[in-house]
Amino acid sequence: MSIASIEVHRARHPALLPLLIGLVVIAGLASLGLGAVPLPPTRILAAALGDGDAITRTILFDLRLPRAVVGLLVGAMLGLAGAVLQGYLRNPLAEPSVLGASNSAALGAVAAIYFGFAEWHAAALPALAILTGLGALLLLFALAGRSESPLTLILAGIAVSTLAGAGISLSLNLSPNPFAAMEITTWLLGSIENRSSQHVLIALPCIAAGIALLLIDGRALDALALGEDGARSLGFDLGRVRMRVLLGVAIGVGGAVAVSGSIGFIGLIVPHLVRPLTDRSPSSILLPSMLGGAALLTFADVLVRLIPTSSELKLGVVTAFLGVPVFLVHLLRERRLW
Amino acid sequence: MVTVSVEGLSVALGRREVVAGVTARFGSGELVGIIGPNGAGKSTLVRAMLGLVPARAGSVAIDGVAVGRMAARDRARALAYLPQGQTLHWPLDVERLVALGRLPHLAPLSRIGAEDRAAVAEAMARADVGHLSHRIATELSGGERARVMLARALAVGAQGLVVDEPLAALDPGHQIDVMELLAREAREGALVLTVLHDLTMAARYCDRLILMDQGRVVAEGAPAAVLTAETLRRVYGISAKVDLSGETPMVVPLGRV
Repeated sequence: MSIASIEVHRARHPALLPLLIGLVVIAGLASLGLGAVPLPPTRILAAALGDGDAITRTILFDLRLPRAVVGLLVGAMLGLAGAVLQGYLRNPLAEPSVLGASNSAALGAVAAIYFGFAEWHAAALPALAILTGLGALLLLFALAGRSESPLTLILAGIAVSTLAGAGISLSLNLSPNPFAAMEITTWLLGSIENRSSQHVLIALPCIAAGIALLLIDGRALDALALGEDGARSLGFDLGRVRMRVLLGVAIGVGGAVAVSGSIGFIGLIVPHLVRPLTDRSPSSILLPSMLGGAALLTFADVLVRLIPTSSELKLGVVTAFLGVPVFLVHLLRERRLW
Repeated sequence: MVTVSVEGLSVALGRREVVAGVTARFGSGELVGIIGPNGAGKSTLVRAMLGLVPARAGSVAIDGVAVGRMAARDRARALAYLPQGQTLHWPLDVERLVALGRLPHLAPLSRIGAEDRAAVAEAMARADVGHLSHRIATELSGGERARVMLARALAVGAQGLVVDEPLAALDPGHQIDVMELLAREAREGALVLTVLHDLTMAARYCDRLILMDQGRVVAEGAPAAVLTAETLRRVYGISAKVDLSGETPMVVPLGRV
């Protein structure tokens, strides 16, 4: 092969980003249009332009729009966090919960329900979730110390996560009445039903900050494919990278869990689904995972509304059921590479 | 041109002093082998030279500037490093992997440019891995992978190249390929510093050897001056047949003493 013919090829399949953006748009529109009362695109458009009847506007702006926005935001955050953590920890099993961010945010939310703070103000539950998420981050730093080894961080994350899980179990164990226990369990299953614009206002700044922090370090994640010494010898300050990654995950995932409960699998599977359509470098899957997460979670939420069951299925349950078979098929096809 | 000077360098890992009072100088155009028994402090010495571990005492300077004061990117562009073990965590294709060597040159948010592409192509040609460019690097044989990882280090385009145990787990043919490649880089003006265990290879290709034992430099100079039967007995605890007189120098370990 002559030198001239060697080209550093594209990082991603050229159609990948347009395809994912298309999916996000379709998912968003489906989330606005589908549900107990189907709204055809013409009625949505009319209501958006200020015409249309009051009922349509109420359904659209008070119910569907906040739910769709929360779904897209949470999905984007979970997908991106999963992609960044897999790259940072160099572990294809990593997902937003490995560092304890999900569980500790859930603990804060559960505590808000348990102690009744959640009834004072709609913002109390998410605010407490974010605070405990940040508290867990401090604990994680204290446990992992200055070590740059991904294993130390994973072990510290498991400790934090298990501790938060124990706290959740304790609150279920001691819950004052079956209704409180029921409420906690329901919340833990994960749902974005009945979300208001208040939830959007709480989640948006956290998730925006999380996404901004996590999108910075794509190149450092690429360099980490060569190990820590390899990355540092290429001029990356891994201490700063770690600070940004952990802060981004704690704030972003904390904000997401605060408004949606624990929704598993999105952060794990989406990076795996998009990776074969890229050059498999950690940086190339960041944007696709973000878009893919937003689309997948929103589609799952639409599915939740359409499946006729006696009580509405919870989103976390559906993502798990959807995720496992997709993931397995994918894994069997790709396993030679691991 | 690049010079690296090490002055009275001591490095501690945990409480243990792994490098103790090493002084050495390295300049462009030479292939220097760092040899010594396992645990002698060879890898730690080169890691300290790259600023990857802090010095407890003494100093390292690249072109007269203390390593600790250099911006990480400047240091990365001055010295390329290939750590031991050929770590690669993701199944990247070869071309993408080699392109990682261009990371110290990329400005934030910029894409890889024509100059970077040329450097990648040249590095791949030098390491003779052009024909592998679309293969998945994790699926290559050990010999191919060693050359690909070297190409990644060459793609940095640095004046200095630091390679830690490049011959580990390679068959004799591939060992020769790698040493020829390093020797050619040195001939063409680069400073090449390599940690080695194969003493025959070290004798045959290196311009200068630094023999370390228990954190200290115990011998330094031309291969014939360093690799004496007496020194090998003292440092490695082995008896060896040493013949450095002819065209093809040879060091054959015979047994423990």
